[in-house]
Amino acid sequence: MTDHTQKSIRTPLGRVRALGSAHHGTGHFWHQRLTAVANVPLTIAAIVIIMSILWRNHAAVVQILGSTLVAITLLLFVVSSVYHMWLGMQVIIEDYVHDEIAKLVSLMANTFFSFAVGLAAVFAILKLSFGL
Amino acid sequence: MMAEAKATHLKNRPLSPHLQIYKPMLTMMMSIVHRITGGALYVGTLLLVWWLVAAAAGPNAYASVQWFMETWFGRLILFGYTWALIHHLLGGIKHFVWDLGYGFGPAEREWMTAATLVGSIVFTVVLWVVGYLVMGGIR
Repeated sequence: MTDHTQKSIRTPLGRVRALGSAHHGTGHFWHQRLTAVANVPLTIAAIVIIMSILWRNHAAVVQILGSTLVAITLLLFVVSSVYHMWLGMQVIIEDYVHDEIAKLVSLMANTFFSFAVGLAAVFAILKLSFGL
Repeated sequence: MMAEAKATHLKNRPLSPHLQIYKPMLTMMMSIVHRITGGALYVGTLLLVWWLVAAAAGPNAYASVQWFMETWFGRLILFGYTWALIHHLLGGIKHFVWDLGYGFGPAEREWMTAATLVGSIVFTVVLWVVGYLVMGGIR
């Protein structure tokens, strides 16, 4: 391999070993901000919904959570928040966990946790809406 | 051999100064709090999921959630959760301003950061006062 056309100062060996950028940084940053913007109105809406039914009995809670507008708002809140926290926790792990195995396990656990939490919440909201 | 050479090389690299070198400043403290509240909210989603799943499961499951939410420990967690959520939200709005390239002046960055702290406490207290007074409080 000649170096005449090489546009990076990284050596070919370094690239092969993947000791460098995965080129996903910009997308990661952008999705973090995108979900953050979405979370501003969605969080306010979720707080209002939750505070207004916190002291009600089960029948009333089921009725309100199952209504279309409330359910869609909460679904958007859950999906946007869970994606946001998945990205955020990834950054925290990459900042503090330097051992390769521990980092790999932590990143996997982060993905499992986020998906489990998100799916459980979405399932519960849909179940309430469809009244099964 | 390559790995050894790399390890020594990395060990001898100068390190950039970390937190303990600097005098604590409000912007820095709130930056740390932003990350801590983010981590707390991450764990706190378990509470939200428990609440939603219990509501979907039926009256008995929901009764146990309601029992927990009305213990002093449950109320403390709910209050803390609300504060963390609002502080993280206001901190996020401050970061939007900074991401767009504004608010970096010495006075601006200080008052914006102070506003996220004061605002989060005020909003949280107002929210719960309104919650208890208007929404009925304890049945």
